[in-house]
Amino acid sequence: MEEYLTRLGDGKPIRQTKKQIYDDLNEGTKNMAEKAKVPELTSGDLEYIAEIIMAPTRIVSVKPGNEVVMTHDVGPLKIMADQSNSGVNVPCSREQAMSIYERIIASDSAELGHIDYSFKPVKPIVSQEQSVLQNVLQMTTLPIFYGAMPNLGLYYAPDGPFPEPIALIRNRKMEDAKAAMNGAAERFIEDILYMTTRLYAVGLDALNIDTTAAAGDPDFWAVLHGTEKLKKECPELCIEMGMSGEFILGFHGELKYNNVRLAGLWPHQQVKLAEKAGADIFGPVVNTKPGKSFAFNIARATTAVKECVKVSKIPIHVNMGMGVGGIPMFETPPIDAVTRANKTMIEVAGVDGV
Amino acid sequence: MGMPIAHGIAGGIGGIRTAGDLVARCEMTKMRLKDAKKYVANKLGIDVSCIADEFTMRKLREDLDICTITGVPNVARHLEAKSRIADILGIKIRSVDHLKLKMKV
Repeated sequence: MEEYLTRLGDGKPIRQTKKQIYDDLNEGTKNMAEKAKVPELTSGDLEYIAEIIMAPTRIVSVKPGNEVVMTHDVGPLKIMADQSNSGVNVPCSREQAMSIYERIIASDSAELGHIDYSFKPVKPIVSQEQSVLQNVLQMTTLPIFYGAMPNLGLYYAPDGPFPEPIALIRNRKMEDAKAAMNGAAERFIEDILYMTTRLYAVGLDALNIDTTAAAGDPDFWAVLHGTEKLKKECPELCIEMGMSGEFILGFHGELKYNNVRLAGLWPHQQVKLAEKAGADIFGPVVNTKPGKSFAFNIARATTAVKECVKVSKIPIHVNMGMGVGGIPMFETPPIDAVTRANKTMIEVAGVDGV
Repeated sequence: MGMPIAHGIAGGIGGIRTAGDLVARCEMTKMRLKDAKKYVANKLGIDVSCIADEFTMRKLREDLDICTITGVPNVARHLEAKSRIADILGIKIRSVDHLKLKMKV
């Protein structure tokens, strides 16, 4: 029986028969449909994804006319920074890295960011960021995003002013833990407003709030409220809300936005709150399971993202980096898997961007 | 960088090689992909199928004076190009407005 080269979720090459691929596709879509309570992919969808997986060429691409917009996280750090930012350590300035995105990679947009890629550490040096941004805006044609992470963990001890809430929860001090989370969220909103209004003042096109909700529901709550306030302060700024995981972890458990409880929300539910807050682009995440096949993971991810695209009124730019969106959890993801995941998300889920 | 390059080749519009930056600017105003492509095609006077076509867009970008991927002398680039893109697409670009503010235009 013919076998096809494909991957495990950790990137390791494996060979599977057509039946094994179909079985894994079915298992993947059922898994997500049950968890997120969304429709399974249709038999036509699964057949098309199977064809993509079994394509005899090393890389695949979308049909002409189906191309989508590319946005990026981490920005220049992928070029000039080290492995900690998945960078390739090209010795150059951030301004030069932006030109590489525009003129060598031919990207549709580019993102500026600081090596310590969170709002809190960048706040004290915002004037430096303003200066670099001004240079970049004068030497590029493509839209420029500024990216950073909310990273609410930085507001807890030992790095920040609030006690570490998980330790408090372990000691059954739930009210103290909630107070710490609320305090961190409020402080983050101050920081994102401080940072972004200054970048907007020198001409920033767009903001990428990257890895939203990495610290659970208080993180998501802070980003939603921060977005709402930013849209009032900076009405012409595009805000891309990029997520960190497939559902919202309920560290606090009681936080709500627009009367919706945040803990446990899936991408198709998250996007409705992002829209309400005023976000212009939403970036859903679906995590890759390293021990499962590419077929399982891409079917699972596409199931969640297809529903998110369907219910959304704003463009959906799915996260497709290492370990998310069907891409293997590996630092240099094999391009056979990257291009197959890319084509599937565009042509089956119907995303507006990657 | 291999991953973003693979994504761009498999499914990206092509940035300033084609009309990728222009469609991106429209999506940034909440336009969904199909609407953004139609809007740009209409403003440029081309068919939607030409949005990601290098042959069409290379000459058109030079004619419209909105920056080409190769360094063509005297074709508008960067802030010059963005000021023309804002006019052609009928959109606001913050850095262009910032320049006008500084020039008191």
